[in-house]
Amino acid sequence: MTRPRTSALPEGIDTEATTASGPAVAAGPAARPRRRFRTHVVVFIAPAAAIYTIFMVYPLLDSLRLSLYAPRDGVHTFVGLDNFVHLLSDDLLSEAFWNAVWNNLVFFAVHFFVQNPIGLLLAALLAAPTLKGRGTYRTLLFIPTTLSVVIVGFIWQLIISPVWGFVDTPLLGQSSTALVTLALMSVWQYIGIPMILFYAVLISIPDELTEAATVDGAGGWTTFWRVKFPLILPTVGIVSVVTYVANMNAFDLIYTVKGALAGPDFASDIMGTLFFRTFFGFQLQQGSSTMGATVATMMFLLILAGVLLYFYGWQRRVESYEL
Amino acid sequence: MSAVSTPARGVARPTRASRSWRTRAGAAVPHVILLAYVVVACGPIALIVMNAFKSRQAIFEEPFAFPTPSTLDLGGFETVFTRARFELYFLNSFVVTVGTVALVLLLGSMAAFALAEYRFVGITFVSLYLAVGIMIPIRLGTVGILDLMVRLGLVNSLAGLVLVYTAMGLPLAVFVLTAFFKQVPGDLKDAARIDGASEYRVYFLVLPLVRPGLAAIGVYTMLPIWNDLWFPLILTPGESVRTVTLGTQLFLGQFVSDWNAVLAVLTLAALPMLALFIIFSRQFVRGLTSGAVK
Repeated sequence: MTRPRTSALPEGIDTEATTASGPAVAAGPAARPRRRFRTHVVVFIAPAAAIYTIFMVYPLLDSLRLSLYAPRDGVHTFVGLDNFVHLLSDDLLSEAFWNAVWNNLVFFAVHFFVQNPIGLLLAALLAAPTLKGRGTYRTLLFIPTTLSVVIVGFIWQLIISPVWGFVDTPLLGQSSTALVTLALMSVWQYIGIPMILFYAVLISIPDELTEAATVDGAGGWTTFWRVKFPLILPTVGIVSVVTYVANMNAFDLIYTVKGALAGPDFASDIMGTLFFRTFFGFQLQQGSSTMGATVATMMFLLILAGVLLYFYGWQRRVESYEL
Repeated sequence: MSAVSTPARGVARPTRASRSWRTRAGAAVPHVILLAYVVVACGPIALIVMNAFKSRQAIFEEPFAFPTPSTLDLGGFETVFTRARFELYFLNSFVVTVGTVALVLLLGSMAAFALAEYRFVGITFVSLYLAVGIMIPIRLGTVGILDLMVRLGLVNSLAGLVLVYTAMGLPLAVFVLTAFFKQVPGDLKDAARIDGASEYRVYFLVLPLVRPGLAAIGVYTMLPIWNDLWFPLILTPGESVRTVTLGTQLFLGQFVSDWNAVLAVLTLAALPMLALFIIFSRQFVRGLTSGAVK
């Protein structure tokens, strides 16, 4: 408990720089012994690498591979891109697919436009140096994030159910409101993450910066928008791309509240539920592992597209500053 | 309010008094907003927990009232434990979560130690290879995972879940812990080596020094595993290996109209992680912020 807090914050960048420098003669803190290949290196890395490879990398690659196969006479046969053509050209399938893609984008948009402003507001309030009870607020505001999605879904289902009568309209029952209501439930749960990440940036801004602005005659409002906000902007990007990835394979909430059919009339169907139904089947449609793998591959491509858009469209244009 | 009545200076300086009143009000605004959001964040949970202990009639008539001796009713909890084997689900979730966290911390710290400590051919490749898993959701490989589990005979076994979750948790653990290990002073390790300690001994010597990192990763790994519905639903649907989250989901589907039981099961399922989070919230927040600041 009383240990010096040297290791509180990992600083990957600094230590990287020392790696590149020449032979480590001086016994500085980050200097590493240059040794020849030894068995203990393998002993240290192999178990983690093996489990990761067998249970994550291999199944992922296998799923990608399966999307190029289809069952013919009970045997998986290579069919090239047929599954994708089928998914995108079959009337029923392509309608379901694009519906899920669109709904998923709406689901993400609600997160983006609601969680960023609220998270930023809460973070700014928490980071004020004079605030009392900061730790308590932080813990309380973060509590929903620790709950299971199943619990969150049901809590809100009970609260907005007509039986209790706080809300009159059946928000989850109408196709016009179901998806947005579900997205807001999800925002309610995960708002703690943008809040904490923005908060981390705000508390790391050196006082000199804000003081300099004050000396130059800037008020609190100007200081926030002109000094702090540009420093937060890169984090808005990180939060958004992490949220996008999480949203694109979201499933638990919709499944808990609306079931695998994501009703009413597929109004809340997203990629995760579509994947589940395609893989395991529903009602009269038979499940198919190869078509399931095809949908999963499309999810992978959508996620990849979002991540690339972030790297090339956002991260390169938004300047980030080392504090 | 009380600022205005500070005696000695009150008379001559009305401006000062009004300004201090204003600053007071200004200082209260953040608290008002934060408290309002605390109500939004915690109110629904409090509402559920409170009503879980009340009789059916009281739940509907006065949902906002605390349970009193006259409205106290533990019937919901009774239903939960007589109609479903929740003690077993808790045990399963506990085994899976603790098993995974232990494996992630041990194997993750070993790999991270090696990546931070040694230089060898292909270190960049190994680091990148392990880091890729941070961004790719493991769910996308579900078809392959189920196939693999069937072949290994690990369907409906807790071991299968532990292995999948370990693979899922390792990338971030290795990434974060490597940064922590790089911060450990070299003198200590060199001193141990001069005394003839083996590399394995050095690892165990250094391990306690990255405790903050281990704690953060531990909490960060634990939450999504305890709360996951996807893999239990697909890999371990059997009654004897059911986890709390799946058990809750199935129970809720079955007892939708029995509000006492529903509220009780929600309370039971939420409390363990809630309690753990409140105890470890410092480490958790630190874990989230340390990765993001730099």
